[in-house]
Amino acid sequence: MTKDIKIKINGVEHRASVEPRLLLVHFLREVAGLTGTHIGCETSLCGACTVMLEGRAVKSCTVLAVQADGASVTTVEGLAQSGALHPVQEGFWEEHGLQCGYCTPGMIMAAADLLEHSPAAAAGATPGDLEIREGLGGNICRCTGYQNIVAAVRSAARKMNRRKKAVAA
Amino acid sequence: MIPANFDYQAPSSVEQAIALLESSHEAKLLAGGHSLLPAMKLRLAEPALLIDLGRIPGLSYVREAGAQVALGAMTTHAAIAESPLLASRSPLLSRAARQIGDVQVRNRGTIGGSIAHADPAADYPAALLALDAEIVARGRKGERTIPAREFFSGLFSTTLLSGELITEIRVPATTGAGTSYAKFHHPASGFAVVGVAAVVKMASGKIQSAAIGITGVADHAYRAGAAERALVNQPASAIAGACSRAAEGVDALGDHFASAEYRKHLAAVYCRRAVQEAMAAKA
Amino acid sequence: MAIRSRKTGKPAPRQMAPQGTLARAPKKAAERGIAAAQKSRTNGRPEPWVGRRYLRKEDPRLIQGISHYADDLRLPGMLHCVFVRSPHAYARIAGIHTGAARSSPGVVAVYTASDTKALGVVPCAGALPDLKIPRHPVLAEGHVRHVGEPVAAVIAEDLYQARDAAEKVQVEYDPLPAVVDPEKALAGTNFVHASVKSNQAFTHQLKNGDVDAAFSRADRVVKARFVNQRLAPVSMETRGVVAQYLPGEKTLTVWSSTQIPHLLKTQVALILGVPETHVRVVTPEVGGGFGSKLNVYREEAVVPFAAMQLGRPVKWSESRRENIAATIHGRDQINYVELALKKNGTILGMRARVISDLGAYHQLLTPIIPTLTALLISGCYKIGALQCDVVGVFTNKMATDAYRGAGRPEATYIIERMVDLAARELNLDPAEIRRRNFPKPREYPFATITGITYDSGNYENAMKKALELAGYSRLRARQKDAWKRGKYYGVGLSTYVEICAMGPSTAMPAGGWESGTVRVEPTGKITVLTGASPHGQGQETTFAQIVADIFGLTPDDVNIVHGDTAAVPYGIGTFGSRATAVGGTAMYIAAQKVKAKMAAIAAHLLGEKAAAMNFSAGRVGTKKKSLGFGEVVGAAYVARNLPPGVEPGLEATHFFEPSNFTFPFGTHVVSCEVDAETGHIRIDKYVAVDDCGNVINPLLVEGQIHGGIVQGVSQALFEEVIYNEDGQLVTGTLMDYSMPKAAQVPEFILERTCTPSPVNPMGVKGVGEAGTIASTPAVVNAVCDALRPLGITHIDMPLKPEKVWRAIQQARAAAAS
Repeated sequence: MTKDIKIKINGVEHRASVEPRLLLVHFLREVAGLTGTHIGCETSLCGACTVMLEGRAVKSCTVLAVQADGASVTTVEGLAQSGALHPVQEGFWEEHGLQCGYCTPGMIMAAADLLEHSPAAAAGATPGDLEIREGLGGNICRCTGYQNIVAAVRSAARKMNRRKKAVAA
Repeated sequence: MIPANFDYQAPSSVEQAIALLESSHEAKLLAGGHSLLPAMKLRLAEPALLIDLGRIPGLSYVREAGAQVALGAMTTHAAIAESPLLASRSPLLSRAARQIGDVQVRNRGTIGGSIAHADPAADYPAALLALDAEIVARGRKGERTIPAREFFSGLFSTTLLSGELITEIRVPATTGAGTSYAKFHHPASGFAVVGVAAVVKMASGKIQSAAIGITGVADHAYRAGAAERALVNQPASAIAGACSRAAEGVDALGDHFASAEYRKHLAAVYCRRAVQEAMAAKA
Repeated sequence: MAIRSRKTGKPAPRQMAPQGTLARAPKKAAERGIAAAQKSRTNGRPEPWVGRRYLRKEDPRLIQGISHYADDLRLPGMLHCVFVRSPHAYARIAGIHTGAARSSPGVVAVYTASDTKALGVVPCAGALPDLKIPRHPVLAEGHVRHVGEPVAAVIAEDLYQARDAAEKVQVEYDPLPAVVDPEKALAGTNFVHASVKSNQAFTHQLKNGDVDAAFSRADRVVKARFVNQRLAPVSMETRGVVAQYLPGEKTLTVWSSTQIPHLLKTQVALILGVPETHVRVVTPEVGGGFGSKLNVYREEAVVPFAAMQLGRPVKWSESRRENIAATIHGRDQINYVELALKKNGTILGMRARVISDLGAYHQLLTPIIPTLTALLISGCYKIGALQCDVVGVFTNKMATDAYRGAGRPEATYIIERMVDLAARELNLDPAEIRRRNFPKPREYPFATITGITYDSGNYENAMKKALELAGYSRLRARQKDAWKRGKYYGVGLSTYVEICAMGPSTAMPAGGWESGTVRVEPTGKITVLTGASPHGQGQETTFAQIVADIFGLTPDDVNIVHGDTAAVPYGIGTFGSRATAVGGTAMYIAAQKVKAKMAAIAAHLLGEKAAAMNFSAGRVGTKKKSLGFGEVVGAAYVARNLPPGVEPGLEATHFFEPSNFTFPFGTHVVSCEVDAETGHIRIDKYVAVDDCGNVINPLLVEGQIHGGIVQGVSQALFEEVIYNEDGQLVTGTLMDYSMPKAAQVPEFILERTCTPSPVNPMGVKGVGEAGTIASTPAVVNAVCDALRPLGITHIDMPLKPEKVWRAIQQARAAAAS
């Protein structure tokens, strides 16, 4: 059996008839052709497949596409706005927060969620290193040893706070 | 990575879900999917019919219900972790929720799904036992309320009847008590090697009562009765001794990461830590 | 999987912001970074690009998810492959029934050994005199010898169909008792390969000096047995292969996530019996390797075989479970070691027996890895006499092979643990015993007892700096205080040296050189072709920095091309911390050749001497007379006014053969606290002082060290591939195999010393494996140091909480009785 579904990905609606067992990550990669979202494990642990579903970070390997029917999804390809990189993307680049790059899209999405929802970030403060490290507990990187990833998120947090303040002023 | 095929239904009411559940012996309920889908991807579970509860309105909430806080079965771990109501009325459950998996898992996983799955290393069962929570289940014959103590019955098994689904979880307000959840995380999976939830009431410097739920040690979470009894009327100095009975009489599980003996030892250590933290939380 | 776009029936196009705008955004940010670096201009001349924290050129595509790894490739008509693998450690295959799978929806073919038995075998490059190389077929023939061994390949229209059909392949197995324990396997009569009639795959001895005399002269002898556990490399991108065969052109293209495209091309041609001239291997973006992709795997032959049989492209993407079961493992040695010592700490002699668990079949370098352990076993010390005996053992497990450090972490662990045990035995400070046995700076090049020559070094300097940075005496004071309070706080050192820049071809199984081509294009931009195909190291950036300096251009003017055997001259690959020191040097020399030619042309045009030509800021010439870089390039291509004897064009290739390895070194200092109640270890402080010679880009060097340290720390504390007594893989998913996560590892304080290598013109050494090699013993030394008051001398890795807790319990019980 197949089911007709529609998912809005990075602002663009994608309709397809899918088997209910189709994983969201495969919908993104195979139906929408957005291969920036990667697959790194089978057990919902590595976080390489992290995307935003209705604004919250989820592991798209552990969501059925049919569960996301009617929902909106943001992938790494949709993070940059109006031609400018997201501050988290800039942070990863400037702080050398990536090497092989495979975990990076998921790591960036998880970091974006962290900076959107962490209590410190919500209060206009920079999350502490421990909060950042724990906030990225659902993502595994084998290359960087995490130190520069933490620096990247810290740098992005500062940048986002500066921008918020600038907008407020 | 790829589940076996299945039929899929997304009912729009609990009644429809119950009817579907009764229609097939090989049906499974899909809540947040963070226990079931991983098993299906490894083909450890191959349900013929998947009943997605995600389209049923009104199953996700945290609200006051008299002296209790009521949670819809489809409430996510994240919502429980962040709930201001729980923070003020019954913070233990939030504390346990914050230690489940990771951000992404907490954003999808639900309390109903988690407790129905009854993983022996899950976090909620310890908290629900310590809180004397109630689980509301509905079936064709109507609704019933199951005390947490009667809910978890074995490895991945509960006293839910076939054809029943969880609609609500009710936890009492713990005003006047100190609570804590102390967890030894499995370094790979993040599950509890041992997790101890404690609800402690103090009176004039002594423990008036202690309720202790322990997960990760046995095939299902349990109340540490021997330790609880040993703690009553005791001063702080006697806590360690009383908590050494945290796994008394328990048939512990062991694996390559932690043997049964070690888990029982950890139960005692984390019991003491949880009780001490609960007392400090109250103070 | 029934996923088609309803409108078109084709995969929907990429949805993303227009290319142009995105391309502009990163540029701006890059310019900001560069602008900051440019502030230190002196005399109007840009400082060299080499040595700067230059932001990576690779990153814009990676942070936007618009690069392509193997699994991201899509070809018209592409089929999908899923392997059927053995659930048994050891079994006879009584029969394989593929009928149900063949008639499963979407299935195009099912292959078993009966289809592939005429193909060549998986290669092993080992050449030890008594090495047994059992047949290693591309699909299991007659027997399966480890969990995860591929038995059949199912090819279907889509991945979901292939996976479903794989379930329907019925294999009848007669299970056999598994060979699991390597020490028992040596003595046993149950053989992994009946044809070999022994589980001993090879022996290797390294002997130098009068060992018996050294031991008879010793004041003390320290002995130990260490287990260096089995690890899974777990690159975040698993392996993946896409193959396409064009029958008309008779060309086979293989896209593979590999570290060695050229060697793979040769081997695929040999296994499949296709002329090598018609095989092209391309590495797309490679998501990490750590040695695990420095190999030729069965799947890399079966997938192209299927593509040739079917005349359609075929893709296979490894699942994580397959990755842990059937991609090579690392380490897995048992070591018996003895050190002969004088009272003052002088190491007179060393005896070591290395038992290496090779698994069931040799992969490319399987038997070579433990011989590297022997080569480095004296570490950074002067040792009077050495005997090291290595034995390789077959067991019913996946093969071990090169994993970050590959044989050297084992050596460093052995010697650094032994030196700590010796210090304890002799009541010397661990830093002091090390200092007493270091070669002095004037003794370089230093000939080791293992027969190699360390190029350059100053070990004491690095150690001094590390101890200062860590506040060593303060840490010791803190330790004393902790012990007084019944707490367990420890300080651990590791002073390491390692073998990099692999290597001279005489010391390598399949060539130790590397190729580099530099081509100045007619537009004045530079294309570099390097055989050192990267997988996260950042050569597109560092190599561009090097070449930019040579020509007086910017790194943006230089494009590094790699990983396509149709475009790049034959090369060896990226592994053994060799990319910059060997591949970079090849490119450097090729660039100098092109520069010399340009200088000759410019001098000819300007009427000056070639030696006076200076390349700076996009101009070529002298201070008084110069030409734009593009003008000189134009002259070379238009070719109407070239100096006599100079050919048109601007391209040179160099194959660089290094005269020696290089030997980076350093000191890592770790302090940690052990919770005696639970056995949990918390790293308090981590300081690393590394010396990798001259540095091209400090940002990337630090990144390599960070990542390396975490892999080493993780071996010490978390990671372990466990096969149970039946040879079943117990840690088959990331739920059980403990990968380090952000909150589980400490922050590091890094410093460097700089002792250039004389082996290559840039004075570089290599840094890819240093962190991993150094960190493991530092952590274990710190933990054992913390537990000194209990009389605990050693706990085998990984230092899992229960193991540590048990050691403490036992020590306390022993003290009480």
